[in-house]
Amino acid sequence: MTSTKTRNLSFLLGFLLAALVLAGAVSYLADSNPDGLDHATLKGCEVVETADGEQLQGSCIAQNAKDHQLAGSPLADYAVGGGEGTTGLAGVIGVVLTVVVAGGLFWVLRRRPTK
Amino acid sequence: MTGSVAMHMSDGLLNTTTSLLFVGVAVVGLAIAAARARNDLDDRTAPLAGLVAAFVFATQMLNFPVLPGVSGHLLGGALAAILVGPWVGALCVSIVLVVQALVFADGGVTALGANITNMALIGTAAGFAVATLLKRFATSKVGLVVVAFVAALLNTVIASLGFVLEFAIGGDPAFNLGGVTATVVGVHCLIGIGEGIITALTVGAVAAVRPDLVYLLRGTSRPLEVREGTTA
Repeated sequence: MTSTKTRNLSFLLGFLLAALVLAGAVSYLADSNPDGLDHATLKGCEVVETADGEQLQGSCIAQNAKDHQLAGSPLADYAVGGGEGTTGLAGVIGVVLTVVVAGGLFWVLRRRPTK
Repeated sequence: MTGSVAMHMSDGLLNTTTSLLFVGVAVVGLAIAAARARNDLDDRTAPLAGLVAAFVFATQMLNFPVLPGVSGHLLGGALAAILVGPWVGALCVSIVLVVQALVFADGGVTALGANITNMALIGTAAGFAVATLLKRFATSKVGLVVVAFVAALLNTVIASLGFVLEFAIGGDPAFNLGGVTATVVGVHCLIGIGEGIITALTVGAVAAVRPDLVYLLRGTSRPLEVREGTTA
């Protein structure tokens, strides 16, 4: 069944490559505007740039949002060490991490052939 | 609250009791999914499922514009469910949300239960239910792509209703629920179109090269190669 195995492997590698290209390169084209949920929670507020960063003026749900407990983590906000232009690298790390965690879990959970 | 690539519910939008309630919902849902997922995972599908999770992670980074000043991103429930089944699919999206919250500070840690409930449980269940209902139209390539589009569109809209439910239970009562609902559901109808297009393209691409790996197509009359180990 070597040909089946090779076919499976090349398909899986192609799928992985697609994820790496999307996260590593296409991610630079992503729209940085608030997403649908953020848009809804920001309704009623104006985002104002101040010396202390962005402030919300007005009245909106997002004012209840707490800062993330892990906001200081090395890959926070899809940047490596907070560095400008590192989204692609952060994305590649995320893809590799996700495939290892998910693939590992699914490999452990899988049915073994009963012999 | 600075701009980031993807964004889920932050901590603080729901009160603590409600956040913990949905942590409970998520834990129970994931336990059931993990127990049922075993049946759908074998040497052949487990690696694919890991890659589906990674693909959802990658695609969630790709915010696309839906209105001036508003973006949207894939949730991924229908995509994962069509490719690897609803139980494994729910686990795929959950793993993505956990990685995002704990490693990328995207989506609050106590809000993780609510985010998993909406995107991984409700979204995946809705997407798979729609895809299953429409399965008889998925007999051609075009049919499958259309089914994937519709399932993904509804997955997005129905998942956004999860937020509305949570906000109704434990959100700030100072804000009018009707107004919040209209904004959230309205914008997710538009995001759902993007989700539908991405899901249709992805499912179409996989089905073009490996229809035997598409979960939704299992048991259909299309000619498949002989598979080993399917008699359990």
